[in-house]
Amino acid sequence: MPQHDVLVIGAGLAGQRAALSAAEGGASVGIISKVHPVRSHSNAAAGGINAALNPEDSWESHAYDTVKGSDYLGDQDAIEIMCREAPDEVLHLEHLGVTFHRDEEGKLGTRAFGGASAARTYYVADITGQALLHVLYEQLMKLDAVDRYEEWFTTALVTNDSGRIAGAVTRNVRDGSFELFKAKAVILATGGNGQIFNPTTNALVCTGDGIAMAYHAGAPLMDMEMVQYHPTTLAGIGLLITEGARGEGAHLYNAEGERFMEKYAPNKMELASRDVVSRAEQTEINEGRGFPDGTVALDITVVGAKRIHESLREIVNVGRDFAGTDITREPIHIKPGNHYVMGGIKTDINGQTGVPGLYAAGECACVSVHGGNRLGANSLLDTLIFGRRSGAHAAEQARGAGMPTPAGSELERERSLIAEITSRDRTGRRISEINREMGTVMDADVSVFREESRLRNALEVVKRLQEEAKTVSVDDKGSIFNQDVLSALELRFMLDNAECIVMGALERKESRGAQYRTDYPERDDDEWLKHINLTADGEDVPAVSYSEVTMTQWEPEERKY
Amino acid sequence: MAESYTLRLRRYDPESGEPAYWSEYEVEQDPERSVLQGILDARDQEDGSIAIRCSCRAAICGSCGVRINGTSALACNTQLGDAQAKAGVGKPIVVEPMGNMPVLKDLIVDMDAVHWKKIQRVVPWLLPEGDPPEREYIVPAEAMIDVTQSMACIQCGACVSACLALEVDPEFVGPAALAKAYRFVGDPRDGQHEERLRDLAEDPHGIYDCTHCFACIEVCPKDVAPMDQIMRLRRRATADYDIKDKNNGYGHEHAFVNIIERYGTLHEAQLLPRSFGDGSLIRGQTEPAAVKQLVESLPTAARGLASGKVSLRKALLHPKLPDQKSVRKIFKEIESKDERLEINMYIIGENADDEEGAMAEGSQES
Repeated sequence: MPQHDVLVIGAGLAGQRAALSAAEGGASVGIISKVHPVRSHSNAAAGGINAALNPEDSWESHAYDTVKGSDYLGDQDAIEIMCREAPDEVLHLEHLGVTFHRDEEGKLGTRAFGGASAARTYYVADITGQALLHVLYEQLMKLDAVDRYEEWFTTALVTNDSGRIAGAVTRNVRDGSFELFKAKAVILATGGNGQIFNPTTNALVCTGDGIAMAYHAGAPLMDMEMVQYHPTTLAGIGLLITEGARGEGAHLYNAEGERFMEKYAPNKMELASRDVVSRAEQTEINEGRGFPDGTVALDITVVGAKRIHESLREIVNVGRDFAGTDITREPIHIKPGNHYVMGGIKTDINGQTGVPGLYAAGECACVSVHGGNRLGANSLLDTLIFGRRSGAHAAEQARGAGMPTPAGSELERERSLIAEITSRDRTGRRISEINREMGTVMDADVSVFREESRLRNALEVVKRLQEEAKTVSVDDKGSIFNQDVLSALELRFMLDNAECIVMGALERKESRGAQYRTDYPERDDDEWLKHINLTADGEDVPAVSYSEVTMTQWEPEERKY
Repeated sequence: MAESYTLRLRRYDPESGEPAYWSEYEVEQDPERSVLQGILDARDQEDGSIAIRCSCRAAICGSCGVRINGTSALACNTQLGDAQAKAGVGKPIVVEPMGNMPVLKDLIVDMDAVHWKKIQRVVPWLLPEGDPPEREYIVPAEAMIDVTQSMACIQCGACVSACLALEVDPEFVGPAALAKAYRFVGDPRDGQHEERLRDLAEDPHGIYDCTHCFACIEVCPKDVAPMDQIMRLRRRATADYDIKDKNNGYGHEHAFVNIIERYGTLHEAQLLPRSFGDGSLIRGQTEPAAVKQLVESLPTAARGLASGKVSLRKALLHPKLPDQKSVRKIFKEIESKDERLEINMYIIGENADDEEGAMAEGSQES
């Protein structure tokens, strides 16, 4: 039975950063990931990472932009910490070897990004997330202090008699064997849940596993209704065109050739907050000014071919390979698409969740630094700052603490669950069918514009699918790389996530950030300037409670761009 | 518009005790959609046991390296229509696991045993000299853009799968790991350039083990051009640090260049003798390694003479090109430059207009 002071689940940026900082704090560390770490979805964060590093810039300005971007739902203490610590974190990564873009003097250069009052986004072409992820993995290869468990799928968290975290049950994907990992602290860094929507920019691995596992272990989830639709995704397959394109100067046009952002955000234009731009695009499309394929046009040609090749290389490839468009010569058709979940496992500023000893960091967590809407280039920052803080705090807590004893028989339970799934008769629906139905209803009814009756419909569908998911059959009965049976588990995780998102959206009867209710079109600070918490102890549906938004120095104002 | 495709997949179930076999699946998809999508359709609709690693669907995670119609590629950025065109009308699209790595199940190979072991071999982390500065390292913008090409590698293994040198020498460090090595050698912040180069030049399976076949460049889905990075490692090793290697690649290169400068075309009879002693015909002959190689190559020379490929006269009296002066001029022109010019196709793009190409030629190493 493997045991570690600190067990990190998920090996994207938040997980790797947490593992490195826990190891620096003297803890014995294990890091588990269902895919090889460099396959993690942090790769997809193209545009950059925000930090107020220029002498003319200030962390307060960065924090204010973030607070405003969050539509005042972000916790200001956490936002202050993130923005204060950002410059040192970026420098630390530069020192580790990230090949950040340089200006003419050889210093770190920046690009502009949405919702920001200064150009403070540091970047590596449009592969920033990939560059960061691969450099952190270089450090993991260098360090012997961290044990890596690559291609291990965690199925459940384990607690002791007093409800403290005690470890996790994990299946080795390569041979099908199960292990109970014991740990004094567990850090969830399992990423987002975009796969519950179809289409989505998210990778196939983004199935909300950690969010669902924490929820079932008793940790409250927070603001799950806050789901970001990114303004520039490809119709149909949902692939991302980085905000870096607009940061470099690209324009948005409707089918009538109008640069429509003039109407919605006359000052910031294409670089308004993502929720604002996505709503603007969707309004144009809904009112008949989009193209027949339900899109608007993003014109990147104005950036110039050389600059595009130098700094937007990746989307040249995406345009060519996935849309048949040469973005250096013609506009590309895009639409708002599912991209990011601001909500997640409720944590404090050190990553601690509602379950003692359980931490969460990165997209699966909700600290909350993003509130109702995340600014571009703040997600990489979030993963690194709160990954590091979680790792350091967990290592500190683990020092001198005893190894907790797992209370139940989760190992046996999980093992028999797999056996039960693989032994089912082929009578149930196929996993892919349920998956598709879930994705379709979520994208239709729980997206940019929402209203009561459609949310009720979505909830009903999700509840039915949860029942159907219990009887899905699988074709693969084997042990080695049985991806079939793992997708049955992922499906259940996703449906739990979906239920919580719809519940949150039904509950919040106002429009704030990414949550826009056509039946409650105004922001209502008197009633709804608060977090919505969901726990698994409700009957039939999640139990709802509320918590205060932490304010430090910024009072809510009307939000204009 | 959706069309019908037949996917012929190489299947292998390690638990069955049976050898690998082929299975065919019919899928309906738009020709613009990917081979990966076709495989996932087959898995979703017909057979959930098909095993393939995949995640991002956008050629950024590097999971879905396979061989399609015999060519290494990512399944997610190979379009069904293109794959069909390559397979030929009425023929199935053939998908197999990558080469040069052991197969674990269906389309999944053991990358740890080959790829990641080789990555680890090149000391894949930055080794700066001394403590870091208070702020960032000040380095030329071009240098960062230059190493970003190798930074763009997603570790998919397509080049490892396609590498012909690896096929004959499994110990070869290989294209992906050597591209990774250039990421540090080309990075001005790294303090171990010479040590890294010496290590990789003196390793008989290192930078001189590459046979220059271009296969890795052709299959790389991210335009990392691993072979170009290997050639840059060689240039730096020889030109910047005078590193001589066990395979004598250094002397061979010098001999080659010297002969062309003198004759304009390759004087084959002199190439081998001159490859020792830094390309000098006189100095090289006494080296035991030279004598050994010369003796070993005698049968080849004899066969050449017997088959009439070369005549004794041609071999010994190699004529100069009539306009050898123009060749000399090219050499003079290049040697008069202080800096090594390298055209970075990664930055300018293959279809860039001439004007832009001229601009981007300014990207150079000093």
